Amino acid sequence: MTPTLTIGWRRVQIELKEFFRERESVVFTFSLPMLLMLIFGSVFSGEIAPGLGVTFSQYFLAGMIASGLVYSSFQQLAIAIPVERDDGTLKRIQGTPMPKAAYFLGKLGVVLVVYCGQVFLLLLMGVVLFDITLPSAAWQWITFAWVSALGLALCTLLGISFSSLPRNGRSASAWVTPVILVLQFTSGVFFVFRDLPSWMQTFASIFPLKWMTQGMRSVFLPGEFASQEPAASWELPQVAGMLVLWTLVGLVLALTTFRWQRRGDG
Amino acid sequence: MTMSDLAVEVHALAKAYGGIPAVDGIDLQVQRGECFALLGPNGAGKTTAIEILEGYRARDSGDALVLGHDPGRPTGTWRSRIGIVLQTATDNAELNVHEVVSHFAHYYPSPRDPESVIEAVGLSEKRKTRTRNLSGGQRRRLDVALGIIGRPELLFLDEPTTGFDPEARRDFWELIRRLRADGTTILLTTHYLEEAEHLADRVAVIADGRVVAEGAPSSLGGREAGDAVVSWRTPDGVQTSRTAEPTRLVSELAAQYGGEIPELTVRRPSLEDVYLALVGRPVESPSDQGSVGEL
Repeated sequence: MTPTLTIGWRRVQIELKEFFRERESVVFTFSLPMLLMLIFGSVFSGEIAPGLGVTFSQYFLAGMIASGLVYSSFQQLAIAIPVERDDGTLKRIQGTPMPKAAYFLGKLGVVLVVYCGQVFLLLLMGVVLFDITLPSAAWQWITFAWVSALGLALCTLLGISFSSLPRNGRSASAWVTPVILVLQFTSGVFFVFRDLPSWMQTFASIFPLKWMTQGMRSVFLPGEFASQEPAASWELPQVAGMLVLWTLVGLVLALTTFRWQRRGDG
Repeated sequence: MTMSDLAVEVHALAKAYGGIPAVDGIDLQVQRGECFALLGPNGAGKTTAIEILEGYRARDSGDALVLGHDPGRPTGTWRSRIGIVLQTATDNAELNVHEVVSHFAHYYPSPRDPESVIEAVGLSEKRKTRTRNLSGGQRRRLDVALGIIGRPELLFLDEPTTGFDPEARRDFWELIRRLRADGTTILLTTHYLEEAEHLADRVAVIADGRVVAEGAPSSLGGREAGDAVVSWRTPDGVQTSRTAEPTRLVSELAAQYGGEIPELTVRRPSLEDVYLALVGRPVESPSDQGSVGEL
């Protein structure tokens, strides 16, 4: 293995150790999606497509798994990196011969573990409490895999880029939370997407979350529900196209905007 | 003197923020194996200067070579030859001393043994303590451990003992002396005179971004050649006299008194006197309020 990969692997281990030792943050990270699932799934339990047997709980589960992509990568990094810029983590690393890519590999490791944990808990909850049947077709799991992979890639890159916006670690969550909430409301997480005003649908279509939720619905909802989408189809090629496009945007932004030091320190 | 004798070579180094110069044309030469202190009040430009040499900040102009390499273009190989102890850091809060030190050892091509480094900085008893539970002084010792784990040829220390109590400071100085005895070149910044006097072979006093004096602490600012102050008690009270020839004055007084001169003291200007004159500012003492230098 190259030094970058060996050290990257060591970064993954040390980052996970740190992550799991911060009890409160661990509890919050894993319980928030479940809590939302429990509340929304219980309040809005009715069918949303007569005759198709699709409940809002099922619809919401797909939305929450797509949100899990955002929570585990974008939200986590956009908050953690500014904090590490404040407490000297980044400055210390910058002063060592550690290959810089190893730092991001370490972050990616945490993102993957957190995402897998969140998905597992959500699915478990869906099956036990909300009568959700897991998809059986192989293509559905393949779709799940590529939507997850692209979603994590683009949200990780956007999270790294976004981390340069807050002035300090304390203001980071104030920057991140509204962005996520607005996109969740407009992208078909908290509301059924086809019921939203068309200008809102158009707005959400610019951003990746709408496409991530749509991809996840194609996995977790019956095939016939595709007719209920605004385009009367899952539009998987468009989903893939938008996610790749945003991954490229995220890559360019991350490479051009990332700062190892606080603004004004350089 | 050949290039390789110099660990740090700086000429006309300058850096301004928003048009205001922080470092305003500094020349420095630090030899290998020496302990060199940049001494100056807060805001004098010490941190800006040292961070340029550590490869953190870009200089506006001037030449700089650190271990023969331009710090404005840091490479991994160069970074593995220097060690940095930052001014403040609260990172790795959830990891224990042993975990942090052995993790950082993996970054370097030929690191020191983590356990011996932990012992060298006096943290053996704290090796399983999480970083967040260390005291300020212990935290700085850990910072030094991370600074030297890669076996650096040159160690940078930026205000290493700020906020220490006197005992912790003495212990820390002892640690730095041992590193220097091992052959590590040390460049430190401090606003404590006493620290520069104890640790440094040579001192550069910085004020307003410029070097206003340079030399061994004992000779700084012509201290050894400066006037001495002689004081003694007369029936009318204590009398003091400033003179370039204290020996002559004392002999005259001895003759006058026919033996012992009551309450005689002769003193050279202290480093503090010299320093105050150089920077034209009130001095901060490491022992804080109270005993400001023996007279």
